[in-house]
Amino acid sequence: MNPTLTTDEPPKLRPAHLRAPSTDTHGDQFYADRVRVYPASVTGIVRRVKWALLVWCLTVYYVIPWVRWTRGPGLPDQAVLMDIAGRRAYLFDLVIWPQQIYLLTGALILGAVGLFFVTSLFGRVWCGYFCPQTVWTDLFMWVERQLEGDANQRRKRDEGPTSFDKVWRKTAKHSLWLAIAFMTGGAWIMYFVDAPTLVHEFWAGQAETATYFFVGLFTATTYLLAGWAREQVCTYMCPWPRFQSAMFDDQTLAVSYRAWRGEARGKHKTGDSWLGRGDCVDCFRCVSVCPTGIDIRDGMQLECIGCGLCVDACNSVMEKVGRPTGLITWDTASGLAAATAGRHVPYRLLRPRTIMYAGLLSVVLVAVGVATLVRERLDLSVERDRTPNFVALSNGAIRNGYTLRLENRTTEPASFALTLDGLAEATLKFGTVGADAARLEVPANQVATFRLFVQAPKTALHNQSTPIKLTIVDDAHGRRETESSVFVGPASLGHATGE
Amino acid sequence: MPTKIEKDAISGRETTGHEWDGIKELNNPLPRWWILTFYACIAFAVIWSVLYPSVPGIRGYFHGVLHYSQREELAKSVKAAEAEHADLRTKMASQSVDQIAADPELNEYATAGGRAVFANNCAVCHGAAGSGRPNFPILADDKWLWGGKRADIYKTVQHGIRSPDDADTRSSAMPRFGADKILTNAQISDVAAHVRVLAKLDQPSAESQRGAAIFKDNCAACHGAEGQGNRLLGAPALTDGIWLYAGTKDAIRQQVTLPKQGEMPAWGKRLNDLDIKMVSLYVHSLGGGE
Repeated sequence: MNPTLTTDEPPKLRPAHLRAPSTDTHGDQFYADRVRVYPASVTGIVRRVKWALLVWCLTVYYVIPWVRWTRGPGLPDQAVLMDIAGRRAYLFDLVIWPQQIYLLTGALILGAVGLFFVTSLFGRVWCGYFCPQTVWTDLFMWVERQLEGDANQRRKRDEGPTSFDKVWRKTAKHSLWLAIAFMTGGAWIMYFVDAPTLVHEFWAGQAETATYFFVGLFTATTYLLAGWAREQVCTYMCPWPRFQSAMFDDQTLAVSYRAWRGEARGKHKTGDSWLGRGDCVDCFRCVSVCPTGIDIRDGMQLECIGCGLCVDACNSVMEKVGRPTGLITWDTASGLAAATAGRHVPYRLLRPRTIMYAGLLSVVLVAVGVATLVRERLDLSVERDRTPNFVALSNGAIRNGYTLRLENRTTEPASFALTLDGLAEATLKFGTVGADAARLEVPANQVATFRLFVQAPKTALHNQSTPIKLTIVDDAHGRRETESSVFVGPASLGHATGE
Repeated sequence: MPTKIEKDAISGRETTGHEWDGIKELNNPLPRWWILTFYACIAFAVIWSVLYPSVPGIRGYFHGVLHYSQREELAKSVKAAEAEHADLRTKMASQSVDQIAADPELNEYATAGGRAVFANNCAVCHGAAGSGRPNFPILADDKWLWGGKRADIYKTVQHGIRSPDDADTRSSAMPRFGADKILTNAQISDVAAHVRVLAKLDQPSAESQRGAAIFKDNCAACHGAEGQGNRLLGAPALTDGIWLYAGTKDAIRQQVTLPKQGEMPAWGKRLNDLDIKMVSLYVHSLGGGE
């Protein structure tokens, strides 16, 4: 239960999970208290790439709702919009109707398989660079550093007494965090409601209660997860680290400590010989910069998000002591094993696992692509009246009522002509004002409902139920759709009685 | 019986003092969060009981200090929904049914509203979607006793048929030819035979030819020489095979002898004018509207 602690390391730099877990009053050890991580700042190529990706991710997130996209009159002009109230999803020129929600499901599957593929190649690049939890935590830590200084200063101030200096810095930090969290929550809502309208309504106090609720909710979660929970989200809450090892094989690149080079580690004084010892000078720089508070030299760990900040930290130390960089770097399990045995194995991109994921990715990509291209742009549904099942008219004819629903899933208004097959001498009459069989107008991106009355003389009916086919044709766009239904007459067809 | 509280040697916990056959119960109280949640629930229940309707009485119940009532909430939301469409409703209030029908937006709203009015008030006799019932006319066909134009329907709904409490009600009274001894049973039988010939249900016979003469003298004034009917008088056409009170010879004889005189309430006294307009437009849209 109690991990052994080596005695020579400074206690404050021990990896968080190696510090003594808490005990209850009876001496039982159940849960480790969270030990706050104070990641030190670091500079280097990895850090620069991480900053660049952070800026890119945040820019994409905040800018997308503001991108305008002309779709035509009466349609929203926001490029990306999940219009839940209007039951449409708009993705540039793609308009997804509720019946086509599988396209969004396909996009999610695509994202998942893509994630598997990238993970099998390069390990946890998603976790380290793109995951919102990482991006916002990084941003929050940057704010913290600006106001409270680097790791040692922060730790010292936290451990010290309450002072004016401490209070104003903390207050400023939390205010800034809340401001960022609010902007995050606010931007999220913009994906669901027209952004300019929303901003106006929000500040005018006219937005819906749900809007304020969700902005509040996302503000709270951003503030709590990125400000307070941080690495605990990755370690305890997120399922991804728990099963990502299933995508790993011994050829997957992961942030690794090259023990074959670094051991035996030990302090090194300028001028000392490097013979008979490893390159690791045991400076704990890699531990101090780690945002999850682990020691990468212990090997691959659940907590490691693969951000590579320890790579930057170690490289700067190696340069200082005059040893080659890359003591901590991206390497594969087989590469490490081979190097330990004094051999070298090249990194293999093509492996059964990556080929399988690539194949799966292509299949899903093609499936989603084809489904998107051949999606229905037009839908006709016919609902026959059941009450009354049929109506006998004063001239002896029989009439059936139908409700036609025409879905025009394009962004242009359309006009359809209706024909009926299967019923001789049938006459069509519309109960909808302005509609006739030659011209059924459906506005862009809408469903139009028409009441249709079909009338036929009794002599034309040979059975109680006659199958019919209703076809709508849109000549302008070359679209047509046929729906089957029936025409129902009295059970006593052919036997005129007075009853 | 609680005996003495002692400290358990193995777990280090205190006992409750209860002991059964040498087995002592350890005191492991409920977690604090559980107890606090429990107390919070009790507090919630007390506050709720004060604020909202809670305690039943013999004749009524305790209404709670907030005087909350779901019935009032419903009334409020109906009012709110009406207020939301106030522009349409005020427009409709000042327009005739034909004017409303000419405006697609008003027509759609009115027909949808009329459907609800119909289901609540009319369907019990006239059937869902006007499909009719024995002795109650079908409203979906093209036969109208009092006219099938929107304005005709509106007037019929407003004033009813043979409604005793409305001076403007639609009214027709077919004489009781048999009961009042105007015609003999044999004559009634003959005229019934003729009516079935008019409706093209039977071939002419000696009986029907006798009936034709009686029809001319007694029935044609209202039902027309060819039995084509007269809407001004509410006299139905007899030629179309659509019967309000069935078309068998017996049924016709019965109707001539002692006519059924169906009644419809004057809805102007029960519904507001807007609802009547809406339901008239709905009835007109069922397929038979003229």
